[in-house]
Amino acid sequence: MPQSTGRPDIPTVLIVTLLTGPVLAGLMGTILPAFGYLPVLGYHSISPEPLVALLRTPGLMASVALSFGTGLIASILSLAIVLIFTAGWSGTRTFERLTRFLSPLLSVPHAAAAIGLAFLIAPSGFLVRLVSPWATGFERPPDVLILNDPMGITMTLGLVAKEVPFLFLMTLAALNRPHIRDYYKAGASLGYGRMSTFFKLVLPQVYPLIRLPMLAVIAYATSVVDVAQILGPTTPAPLAPRLVAWMNDPDLTKRLMASAGALLQLLVSALALLVYLVLERLVSAWQAARFASGHRRRRDGFARLAGLLPMVLIVALMTASIGLLGIWTVAKSWWFPAALPQRWSFERMLDAFGVGGHALFATLAIAVLAAGIATALTLWLLEARSYRKLSARSRVNTIVFLPLLMPQISFLFGLQMLFLLGGLSGTFEAVLLAHLIFVFPYAYLALSDPWHRLDPRYAKAAASVGASRMRIFWQIQLPLLLRPVLVTFAVAAAVSVGQYLPTLMIGAGRIVTVTTESVALASGGNRQVAALYALLQLVIPLAGFILAALVPSLAFRNRAAMRLER
Amino acid sequence: MSATPAHAGLVLEGVSVRLDGAPLFKIDCHIPPGQILTIMGESGSGKSSLLDFVAGFLRPVFEATGRVILNGEDLTHVPAPERHIGLMFQSPLLFPHMSVLQNLLFAIPPAIKSRSERRQLALQALDDVGLAGFSDRDPATLSGGQQTRVALMRTLLAEPKALLLDEPFSSLDQNRRADVRDLVFRLARKNHLPVLLVTHDAEDGAAASGMTHYLNKEQGGGCSTFKQPRVVSGDQ
Repeated sequence: MPQSTGRPDIPTVLIVTLLTGPVLAGLMGTILPAFGYLPVLGYHSISPEPLVALLRTPGLMASVALSFGTGLIASILSLAIVLIFTAGWSGTRTFERLTRFLSPLLSVPHAAAAIGLAFLIAPSGFLVRLVSPWATGFERPPDVLILNDPMGITMTLGLVAKEVPFLFLMTLAALNRPHIRDYYKAGASLGYGRMSTFFKLVLPQVYPLIRLPMLAVIAYATSVVDVAQILGPTTPAPLAPRLVAWMNDPDLTKRLMASAGALLQLLVSALALLVYLVLERLVSAWQAARFASGHRRRRDGFARLAGLLPMVLIVALMTASIGLLGIWTVAKSWWFPAALPQRWSFERMLDAFGVGGHALFATLAIAVLAAGIATALTLWLLEARSYRKLSARSRVNTIVFLPLLMPQISFLFGLQMLFLLGGLSGTFEAVLLAHLIFVFPYAYLALSDPWHRLDPRYAKAAASVGASRMRIFWQIQLPLLLRPVLVTFAVAAAVSVGQYLPTLMIGAGRIVTVTTESVALASGGNRQVAALYALLQLVIPLAGFILAALVPSLAFRNRAAMRLER
Repeated sequence: MSATPAHAGLVLEGVSVRLDGAPLFKIDCHIPPGQILTIMGESGSGKSSLLDFVAGFLRPVFEATGRVILNGEDLTHVPAPERHIGLMFQSPLLFPHMSVLQNLLFAIPPAIKSRSERRQLALQALDDVGLAGFSDRDPATLSGGQQTRVALMRTLLAEPKALLLDEPFSSLDQNRRADVRDLVFRLARKNHLPVLLVTHDAEDGAAASGMTHYLNKEQGGGCSTFKQPRVVSGDQ
């Protein structure tokens, strides 16, 4: 096989361009209007006006504090819940059972989860209904601000419920490497308790693999729009949803202010990342100082229980939320305080299906294309890099994650302007490209580990009997990786379906998906229709994951070694 | 050797492990302190399952009967961290995020509180195996034999009451192997530890110069096969 020539290969160049191009161009497109330069709208001079206007906006600091606080707290809380649960229960039956629940929850889009949660915990929601009126005496919904509470507690809860499954699966993937079981044994045979062993021996080794996903969670949570619109405070709202409102304001000067705000958002998220990195340093230094103490902490029963409870609670909340979405779609009338609908109707669901058909079709088309392209590009990149024996860990990894480490809103504003200039705004292709920027990193995240874990001797064995590079890829590597490739496709499709802001901004109202529809409907009064659209968001990811599970089982039904291990 | 109480040592009493109802092996043995029982068997004969059972790691897919008794205490249902059974793996498995010294300090029981005393113990342990001056090294920069020696001292510093060896010499090259093996056996005897050695290398078994048991599902479980009939008895 040829050695690296130092010349970058085509897929690397292509993918780096695909990801950094729009991000950098979008950033420029945000920065210039932020300083008053937007020729299309007739603003030709550089001025600090938009920044000044931004800083004069009432409640700006409150919005900033909300974005920073809810995002950072939700992220750290999610990681803590995941790590404490994993520390206490990894390797037990309870762990395996909960894993089976958590994996499908990953595919639930943020907006759908938020809508389900709203239906569950609102003053007129299912939980209050369950205990009304017999226990509470409520004949009508109590007048308390559970949703949209000014502190953003509900929004934080919504983010935690959604980020926990993601970080959990990232942790599971990180733990899935050779010798990890032996390190558990080594800890136990030296007398260390289960949780001590995890935090002192296992976590320091796998944390580097959880780190980038965690940073992506922070960048996302501090700049989230859809969850904030559904569950977040409104007086004032966190920064990101306010920016979207300014962007859509008929007053065009608000657009310049929105761009300045998008820069501020970049700063807020960067600050949150920085604070996290400092905390990370402090915790790991504190931890390292305790290696030498020899404390075994064998009595960790209480801590283990404390780790189990939040996890069970989250799984229960999410499952109940999704179940509730299902009930609402077939409810004809469901007045407070009845725990279940008074009248059921499937016709309305079918009606809404007819109305929502085009949105579902658009969602499906974008998801399948984005996932297909992202998976193919990932395979091309991985194959080319391992053929040229380039190191797996390199700058490419960081570049791939770049779009996830920045607030989407900061460069989507600029990108929207550019597409507007190019006459591409609101086209299917532009939305597809915007999705691809966010879908590709997840596809790469899902597939690069299985690819590198594939025994390289298979390719060598094939090459030694004269197989060409093409044949090795199509007949050896791809079939061996069929399961992870399909899972990658399903993950990518789920990510695409979940994209709210890219569809909203680049689609310019002309490309409508079930996700943008459901967020728009969530604030309206019609719970049936909102629930239906939220449920439609689940259909595509679910179908993807079922296919990913079924196809390899059928294709390799007579191949024992191709079954899942365990 | 001083007279030891009759119940001293590691007793495997009627131990039998089954997978999906099919028996893997049976064993019934008493390993007195300072003695080595070598377990030999084909791959798949259940060597790892036996070690897992004794150390407390047997996965729930296996069904096991019998008891593990160490110095008269029934450990069968005691959680692994409380068994005080030291374990050495096929690879040295030094913790890669710690220095050599931190690896050793990690093992010293917390009852020894003074920092300087802990450090002294760890440095002494390194010195004992000819690795003085290696304390601040990254474990990854040590040779295989050096790593195994550090792993041995890490196991012993935790003050185990028995030692399980899971082919710990298999990763070493031929000429290092004998040295490290003799060191492990010598220290085990010096500490009066009952040792259970799993190997598929007959040379390891011969060097252990103790009892040998061939894991086998048909045969009865007794430690009947002796290379050298050298059972420790009460008479001196």
